[in-house]
Amino acid sequence: MMTLANLHLNLIAPEIFLSGAACLVLLIELFIKPARACALAWPLSLIALLISGGLAFGQINNPPLIGLNGLVISDSAAALLRGMSCFLAAGVLFYAQRYSQARDIWRVEYLTLALFGVVGMMTMIGSAHLLTLYVGVELLALCLYGMIAMQRDAVQAAEAAMKYFILGALASGLLLYGMSLLYGLTGTLSLASISANSLTTLLPTSLPLMLAVVMVIAGLLFKLGAVPFHMWVPDVYEGSATGTTLYLSAVPKLAAFAILYRLLEQGLGGWIEIWQDILLLTGIFSIALGNVIAIAQTSLKRMLAYSTISHMGFLLLGFASATTSGYAASMMYALIYAITTLAVFGVMLALSRDGFESDQLDDLKGLNQRHPWLAFLMLLAIFSLAGIPPTAGFFAKLLILQAVVEAGFLAVVVAAVLFAVVGAFYYLRVIKLMYFDAPREDLLAASARGYRPSVLWVLTANAVLVVAITPWIGAIMDVVSSTL
Amino acid sequence: MTFLQFIFYLFAAILIVSSLLVVTVRNPVRSALFLVLAFFSAACLWLTLEAEFLAIALVLVYVGAVMVLFLFVIMMLDIDIAKMRAGFTNYLPLGLIVAVLMAGELGLVMFSKEFSAESLPRPAGQIAEYSNTKALGSLVYTDYVFAFELAAVILLVAIVAAIALTLRRRPVTRYQAPEQQVKVRKEDRVRLVTLPTRPEEDA
Repeated sequence: MMTLANLHLNLIAPEIFLSGAACLVLLIELFIKPARACALAWPLSLIALLISGGLAFGQINNPPLIGLNGLVISDSAAALLRGMSCFLAAGVLFYAQRYSQARDIWRVEYLTLALFGVVGMMTMIGSAHLLTLYVGVELLALCLYGMIAMQRDAVQAAEAAMKYFILGALASGLLLYGMSLLYGLTGTLSLASISANSLTTLLPTSLPLMLAVVMVIAGLLFKLGAVPFHMWVPDVYEGSATGTTLYLSAVPKLAAFAILYRLLEQGLGGWIEIWQDILLLTGIFSIALGNVIAIAQTSLKRMLAYSTISHMGFLLLGFASATTSGYAASMMYALIYAITTLAVFGVMLALSRDGFESDQLDDLKGLNQRHPWLAFLMLLAIFSLAGIPPTAGFFAKLLILQAVVEAGFLAVVVAAVLFAVVGAFYYLRVIKLMYFDAPREDLLAASARGYRPSVLWVLTANAVLVVAITPWIGAIMDVVSSTL
Repeated sequence: MTFLQFIFYLFAAILIVSSLLVVTVRNPVRSALFLVLAFFSAACLWLTLEAEFLAIALVLVYVGAVMVLFLFVIMMLDIDIAKMRAGFTNYLPLGLIVAVLMAGELGLVMFSKEFSAESLPRPAGQIAEYSNTKALGSLVYTDYVFAFELAAVILLVAIVAAIALTLRRRPVTRYQAPEQQVKVRKEDRVRLVTLPTRPEEDA
């Protein structure tokens, strides 16, 4: 008999709170003139995200519990990832405010979509059932399409949104197809019951099972933006307004890790033979392609898009090792990647002004002479993306490679390191442009500040965090692995 | 062949032919109408599987609402068919390869041991008074209430996004502002002018 008590509604307290807050934000415009509504909606959204993140973190020590009739799981990993997703989204909205306002996309609807997107991510993170997993994926995707298209007068943004929408629909189709085959094979949608089938009847050599797993993985790889489903990433990154690019590049990666973990480890963990090789191959190809093509880019945003593809490759490699340390390394990688990306795009957003995007590599020339402090923060973040010690990015890569070596894939590690070295070139080129090139005349003249003073403080904390956490990286890693 | 099988093959054939026609017919209005036929035959197939509610919902929602709207859109937009078909032959080989691959994979699944008639026997039918709708309703509002609420959130997001993307306030267009209109006071509109009365001597 179902009662309210055994439904465990408290497991989704962060989702409930954030959905309510999003509806409240949406209603603001009814009472306040649209032009001024965001002045209230913006702080309200930030506070809502912080409270909901706090609610999520509050569950971190709870024992794993499946609630809402088996639809939702709440464990330490979910609490950590949900909380971090909320805080990251708050950071994104904090950085993007001045920039988006100048581009006329800073509207109440935009904030509402951003908040509901986080609800979707939290649902994905806490899903114990294919149904919630899929609904979460779709909720996030719809919010992202809307946010990208919000810049209505930019042709590029419309094209990016359209591309993302159509390819995303195709990927959702693949994912659903795989899920329906899994349902046909196991007769259940619950991840725990699906994995129970691996012990008894369903062998990894079964052809329909292979097809189901491959389809599910294809759908997930698309959402992650890994090779060979990476085509949308550069165009969408470049076409979206920088604030939206930051949102879609930094925040959903935690949820992407979570659904990989839930689906592959908790659902399909018994059929590791099917997915391990796929992840190894796509991982190494993503690292190779991302790092090599990024060299040829002149747009900073496109370069970062290809860099994201290579980072997703590392995340997949950690996953492919299929050990607890591998999963923990992947989770750590996703967290550090998200924080570092937040800093890189934060600097980009601070540099851009009304009518000036600062999204080309050339725009960074001589940044040290114009904004020495911002240049230094960018340097820290870029070092971390490149994986140069002593930044957190280095340790993130190290942990992944360690896990892959332990799993016995030495050749993969060698290739990954080689391509990471290739990738270091284009990261270092950014630093060369900032510190050793002469700034463009027109940029030197324009010295108007495009950011709030408070942004600079948060940005500083954000970028310094990337370096400052390194002495405690072992302790953080222990915490992260204890959640899994 | 039982009568049920005959029904199945009949509607399956209509479904396949009309789906093919959706993509091959030249006139977009006809292709939309063939899509209606395809939906309708799929609904009939679901009826034979005792999924009455789904079948009715498909006809009501897709045929009745979505496709009618879609037809309006097609008729109102000026679609250049020649331009839309320009790349057709170029993409055809790739499309065919993908289609053949997918069909092959589907075949492997359909004829596999796991999906054979022995491992997936036809479930026993329900009694005649059994209400599909009631069963679905009680599931949706109890076991799957969280997913159901999330689906509602998705709809809300879709509405918000659609309105935010299409609603434009054009500065040229003149709007009524009721909230301003009701606030109007007599002093704003009426000016009492004391006119001098016409002097007597002019008359």
